[in-house]
Amino acid sequence: MKVLKLFLTVIFILLFNMSPLVPIVHASGIIKIGSFLALTGPASFLGDPELKTLKMYIDQINSQGGVLGKKLELVYYDTAGHAKSAKDIVKRLIQKDRVDVIIGGSTSGTSLAVIDIVQARKIPFISLAGSIKIVQPVKKWVFKTPHTDRMAAAKIFEDMKKRHITRIALITGNGGFDKSGRAQCLDLAPRYGIKIVADESYGNADTDMTTQLTKIRATDAQAILNFGFGKAPAIVAKNVKQLGIRLPLYESHGVASKKFIALAGDAAEGIRLPAAALLVADKLPDSDPQKKVLLGYRNMYEAKYGPVSTFGGHAYDALFITVGAIRRAGCLDKAKIRDEIEKTKGFVGTGGIFNMSPEDHLGLGLDAFKMLEIRNGTWELI
Amino acid sequence: MLDQLIQFLITGITVGAAYALVGLGFAIIYNASDVVNFAQGEFVMIGAMSAISLIDMGIPYGVALAAAVAITVCVGLALEKFAIEQARDATVVSTIIITIGASIFLRGMALIVWGKDIYAMPPFSGEKPIHVGNATMLPQNIWVMAGTAASVLLVRYFFNRTATGKAILACSYNMKAASLVGINVRKMLLISYGLSAGLGALAGILIAPITYITYDSGVMLGLKGFSAAILGGMGNPMGAVAGGMLLGLLECIGAGFISSGYKDAIAFVVILMVLFFRPGGLFGSAQAERV
Amino acid sequence: MRLAGFYLFAALVALLPVVFPDNYYVTVVGVTAFFNIMLAVGLNLLMGYAGQISLGHAAFFGIGAYVSAVTTVRYGWNPWVAMAAGLVLVWLIANLIARPILRLKGHYLAMATLGFGIIIHIVLVQADAFTGGPDGLSGIPGLVLFGWHVDSDLRWYVVAGAVMLLYVWLSLNIIDSREGRALRAVHGSEVAASTLGIDISGTKVRVFVLSALMASLTGSLFAHQQAFVSPDSFSFFFSIELVTMVVLGGLASTFGAVFGAVILTFLPEFLVVFEDFQMLIYGAILMLIMIFLPRGLFVTMADRIGPMFAGYFRQGIRET
Repeated sequence: MKVLKLFLTVIFILLFNMSPLVPIVHASGIIKIGSFLALTGPASFLGDPELKTLKMYIDQINSQGGVLGKKLELVYYDTAGHAKSAKDIVKRLIQKDRVDVIIGGSTSGTSLAVIDIVQARKIPFISLAGSIKIVQPVKKWVFKTPHTDRMAAAKIFEDMKKRHITRIALITGNGGFDKSGRAQCLDLAPRYGIKIVADESYGNADTDMTTQLTKIRATDAQAILNFGFGKAPAIVAKNVKQLGIRLPLYESHGVASKKFIALAGDAAEGIRLPAAALLVADKLPDSDPQKKVLLGYRNMYEAKYGPVSTFGGHAYDALFITVGAIRRAGCLDKAKIRDEIEKTKGFVGTGGIFNMSPEDHLGLGLDAFKMLEIRNGTWELI
Repeated sequence: MLDQLIQFLITGITVGAAYALVGLGFAIIYNASDVVNFAQGEFVMIGAMSAISLIDMGIPYGVALAAAVAITVCVGLALEKFAIEQARDATVVSTIIITIGASIFLRGMALIVWGKDIYAMPPFSGEKPIHVGNATMLPQNIWVMAGTAASVLLVRYFFNRTATGKAILACSYNMKAASLVGINVRKMLLISYGLSAGLGALAGILIAPITYITYDSGVMLGLKGFSAAILGGMGNPMGAVAGGMLLGLLECIGAGFISSGYKDAIAFVVILMVLFFRPGGLFGSAQAERV
Repeated sequence: MRLAGFYLFAALVALLPVVFPDNYYVTVVGVTAFFNIMLAVGLNLLMGYAGQISLGHAAFFGIGAYVSAVTTVRYGWNPWVAMAAGLVLVWLIANLIARPILRLKGHYLAMATLGFGIIIHIVLVQADAFTGGPDGLSGIPGLVLFGWHVDSDLRWYVVAGAVMLLYVWLSLNIIDSREGRALRAVHGSEVAASTLGIDISGTKVRVFVLSALMASLTGSLFAHQQAFVSPDSFSFFFSIELVTMVVLGGLASTFGAVFGAVILTFLPEFLVVFEDFQMLIYGAILMLIMIFLPRGLFVTMADRIGPMFAGYFRQGIRET
């Protein structure tokens, strides 16, 4: 009995004192930025460039002397896109790692899941996910940098209206991004006088979408809108071509990367999508205030890691909004940092020019999105 | 309407053919060793990924495909040698956990080797759609169907006509008796794992040009392959093939005529119904429990 | 002394937050471990004692969680009423499917339960008007226990810990009861059991329903503790993880299930440092344990350290 107790005690003491990533004592000379990203799983193409961007710029800021004379330290974990993991990780970041701010949540699901915690624990949180639900209604401690899915839908419908398209077929995946985008499309379409004549869905791991597209072909739709990310939209594009459907195909900002063009190949030609200006940085007029920032980010990222995507840009924006707020706050008081994030004005980021306010915790207008068309394997402004 | 139906059938048969090959792999291993190998889907992924990497390295297309199958066969052999054989006395549930562990391990390995990127593979012969009435298919669809048909026939021939194939069948009926008549049971087990892995790799190579491959693509295909094998009747290789085709068709018909969001649910409801009325699968023999 | 192991375990659970207050591993991961223990202990009754594999246990967990979530968030029900509603629904579903499903054996049973789990998961994802779809449902109210708000991690530790201990106690007692002996007989040999006059299918159905109800209640608690549910917590991956917990600890041992659940809850916490290698190591550990300790970690350990454990934890381990 005694031996047993001793044995168990030893095991538990060992177990509970193991703290793999960070020292137990919170060193005062550093600013801790906590992050939870989808580094594995289907959304890893979001988390991966986000992490790379954060690491790269934190190194750069530190080599230039840090912020308020303190070094930045990134503490990050992988959610694999799971909401439950995200919740546990955020608790870990707050309770165990004692971070000062949190940047992360590659997917809307993981971001939405942690809102209760950051609100209760009063810690500034900048989300990197798309859903409008994250900042609307406004939550005191929650901000985000990516354009919303609602903005994407609005931008697409604006373009359709210009082309006199009034009947469209919607095809979306079964992920959070897809479903949320679909809901925004269904909600917004009537305001633009657009009727959704087909509403199909697929599984994001599916290998073939010709069945759904065959159904769409049988309708009187004038265009197809696919809200999705990852490999599925590339399959949709290829299947559209295979079936010989000659309707304009619209994609969401979820495919705003070179990877999509590489995967879809010829089938990507003529596809239109809303995206941040980052993709067409060198085609912007020199007078565009964003151009310098965009080229700077793109060149630095591409020199180190290869082709840039807009997703890493969201992390860039979040990091520099945070750093700016900490500088203005002049201390690590969480409430002050939060207030300063909310006062962000005229910040030129990769996603657009941010003007936050107590009513708007994103601070981007519809003009932050550009409408692009894929031509000859690259994006053209339209 | 008829054009639509033809299109659904083409898609269903292509998707089903891939499930059939994976299901066939399940059935062969199950036959030889009573183990359900949940790492079967990972063979598909490894086959496709290796092929894509080798092609990227500039190795001629045909050689790359053959080498990819060979690599996957080696993985299959290693799995048998280092995991299954070591756990000979394990119970059914333990072997399930071992093969699930193996599938996670192989996925982890793929993550390190290939990263999280999405990979595309050039098709065997062009991308010009072929028209069948108003329906269309890609040359690759035909490759998938033909490749599956050829492998199924070969597997059939192997088990029915060759001495080795018959020896494996003997093991599946009674391992002890098989070893008594001089069959090297361990070797037969190795051969079955190699064969299953090879079929998995083939499935991966055939469908990779139609879809895309990531390190975790094997999960879904493995699941569908297992469903196919069960639907057809575990331990009946041709049943697994039929089960796979049926599953592919069910999904496409379900998506086409009922609801694309619920297509997988529809397929599983049908499988459950089949099992409720035929507890041994469609073509499986009724099970007798050992007392 | 019959329950000495249980009392020792209970004392440990009670002491941990006292020794390590506000420790992340105790109050956050600990509560997750409690939920996993509850599910694993329930599943172990079905798998370990009745010998019926289930690869869809997460479905009952999910139904419980979602009934609580949807009725409290969308219709403003009282959490306790919602919890009861979840139990009733799960009771109905479990009874409906138990007989046809439990007629199946081995891998066919595995397939049927797996299929059931996947169907439920798809419904959670697709019926987004009710369930909130893949983004999940947030704003689930906390529990109030006689005016006492369960709103902090520590309070949840107390509540979840208490329910978890109740499950363990219940499981230990069931196994020693008349019903438990019948169960074990069914696992040993159904034919032999039936010749002894045991109502086999009745016994199997009862334990299936019980284990489903245990999962449903756990789900309701989980929903209120998390204040948020999303379908990925109830996917077939989680069903498989639950089976792994039960088998890893040692089938047919209540403490084996407890042990397996604790190990699998904490393992990923320690593996995070390995980043991309995490998956590889996790898979390797599973394989190695099952290859070298096929009867499970806990059961093998209990046998090795034999005399010390005898009478304390061994109780409830099936003789093989």
